[in-house]
Amino acid sequence: MRHRLALQIGPVAFRIGSAWRSPLDALARLYAGYPAPADGLCDFTVRLEPERPWRRFLRPSVAIRGDYVLPDAAPLALAHGLLAAEMGMNLQMALGQRTWLLLHAATVEKDGRAIVMTGESGAGKSTLAALLGERGWRLMGDEFALLDLASGALLPFPRAISLKNGAIGVMEAEAAADRFGPRLAGTPKGDIRHLRPNAEAIARMGEGARPALILFPRFGSAAAVRGVGQAEAFMRLTQASTNYVALGRRGFDALANLVRGVPALAIDYPDTETAVGLIADFRRELAA
Amino acid sequence: MAGSRYIADPESAVTKVALDGLAVLFHEPSGMTHIVASPAPEILDALQQGPADAAELLRRLHARFDFEGDEAIHARLGELEAAGLVRRA
Repeated sequence: MRHRLALQIGPVAFRIGSAWRSPLDALARLYAGYPAPADGLCDFTVRLEPERPWRRFLRPSVAIRGDYVLPDAAPLALAHGLLAAEMGMNLQMALGQRTWLLLHAATVEKDGRAIVMTGESGAGKSTLAALLGERGWRLMGDEFALLDLASGALLPFPRAISLKNGAIGVMEAEAAADRFGPRLAGTPKGDIRHLRPNAEAIARMGEGARPALILFPRFGSAAAVRGVGQAEAFMRLTQASTNYVALGRRGFDALANLVRGVPALAIDYPDTETAVGLIADFRRELAA
Repeated sequence: MAGSRYIADPESAVTKVALDGLAVLFHEPSGMTHIVASPAPEILDALQQGPADAAELLRRLHARFDFEGDEAIHARLGELEAAGLVRRA
């Protein structure tokens, strides 16, 4: 590839190659302060290539390739090349990761206790995790939680936070302007702006935490909290995992241990501030 | 079908975890996970003694458990067969 960038994010090293320079420049700015892979070896490769050779110049259109590909992934406009790189990294993890149980979840940590938040796209977990990350919690990740199969610990994977639509304004009021990527308007998911996690999240990206609470947040209704039984939590988490089936018995054991050892709650919340307040209450109860 | 005899995989092929009143099963041969309610775990236990038709299975279940639901035994066996957890002997 003409242009390359290597990034260490938590325990995973990525190599990103691109036919164009601009997506990698944007990625390097967004991930300023992240270390390069220590031994130069990478776990996953993402390639951003022209959909057809002539499309490098003519209405440039970025196809996401790599070790693992989705055959029908739609190409993106070059203006959205940063999004293509981010989606490519997600795709490699979702399809190729076999070392940890991968949960489509956001994770924050305080005093060594981690809260795993999982829910449908649009449940608000990214926004909630981003906000908690600026309010005294350590952001471990907004997209994937990595559950260690042997120890049951959660490992950080602090990628740039993908803020969508209304969440962009919420976080622009919280974090310094130099931590944001460009606003990507009119993507397939609406407007997107990426936010670099704060310095603590990056500095501690090698430090795992014990899961203490599983949360199923849902945005849009009056505040409500209900307990979630172990079997329901198990079922929901299998659905939230991208590699549960591939891991076989190891994934089953890890998930069974998680739901037996950690309480689970479903919360409805009308706005992010209310959810932050509820989570502060849960933390006090966990610490008591 | 009355008279069919059923068999289950050996205990070593199925990992069972009880989660608040339900059982979560990992079926090693298929790699599939099942969440089942009573009496499915009891039926699978009873079939560990060997193949059985519905009548024999009910005798085993009554001997070991305070079992209710004789009339639904064919339906339960049909569900377990569809899930791949029991098969015709």
